[in-house]
Amino acid sequence: MIDLSHFLILAALLFMIGVVGIFLNRKNIIILLMAIELMLLAVNMNFIAFSYYLGDLAGQIFVFFILTVAAAEAAIGLAIIIIVFRNNRTIDVEDINQLKG
Amino acid sequence: MDYSSAVFYFFSFILLFSAIKVITARNPIFSALFLVLSFFSAAGLWLLLQAEFLAIALVLVYVGAVMVLFLFVIMMIDINVEVMKKGFWNYFPAIAFVSIVMLTEIILVLNQPFFKAPALFEAPKKSNTDAIGEVLYSDYVLPFEVAAIILLVAIIAAISLTLRGKKMHKGIDPALQIGVQKSDRIKMIEMKSEKVKIKKRTKRK
Repeated sequence: MIDLSHFLILAALLFMIGVVGIFLNRKNIIILLMAIELMLLAVNMNFIAFSYYLGDLAGQIFVFFILTVAAAEAAIGLAIIIIVFRNNRTIDVEDINQLKG
Repeated sequence: MDYSSAVFYFFSFILLFSAIKVITARNPIFSALFLVLSFFSAAGLWLLLQAEFLAIALVLVYVGAVMVLFLFVIMMIDINVEVMKKGFWNYFPAIAFVSIVMLTEIILVLNQPFFKAPALFEAPKKSNTDAIGEVLYSDYVLPFEVAAIILLVAIIAAISLTLRGKKMHKGIDPALQIGVQKSDRIKMIEMKSEKVKIKKRTKRK
């Protein structure tokens, strides 16, 4: 029988893969964005698992809004990547240091 | 092992495998395609949790729109794969240690008996989409409209960020118009005065 902890542990594994992906792909912003999408997917999985096991629809509504915001984030992030590439001819994170932050 | 748990293990295996391939694939195109696979198997898992509407929305919105956007951007910019992968595994021991410690901590928390409780739900009387729509348009109508505004802002931001400053009209830039100097408009030329013969005008009839 599958219970709540199975889904939560699966989501934790997925989140960890996302975190490792962010640390491994320091040179490629696009894969960095993909790792962020993986982490958001893990969060959504948690919400839906709780929504099912607690019998409450609020979790699914929240996932709906997370999907909306994630789509907006991906669109703007990719637009920024295109501008960065147009100006620098590279998307290496280490080369993007004009702001001197 | 009953059918649903077999399905769960199968889908979660594919999900984790493709997620690992997303972050380690050599070519970003393969990363994007494996991300499609992981979204797809996550949608399968959500169907197992009776969230049909969100499972379909995940496939439609993510696989159909966001991942296509990712693929377009990957194809638009040219990436040197060899340079990208240089020093890829440099920090791996440190991050593997950190992530395994974090994962162990999370799993220790999640193994409490509270998280092993059986599902509280009773069999749903209507479809998931119906139920979500009823809640979304009554209790969550304000957040729903805010989400619409967020999408509008995202559209405008994405277009205005990537729009090249190409002139499609003959209007004058107001900054140029305000910053104009007297010397830009009038040119004083030194020249000698000339003698001009004045002819007698003929009378008009």
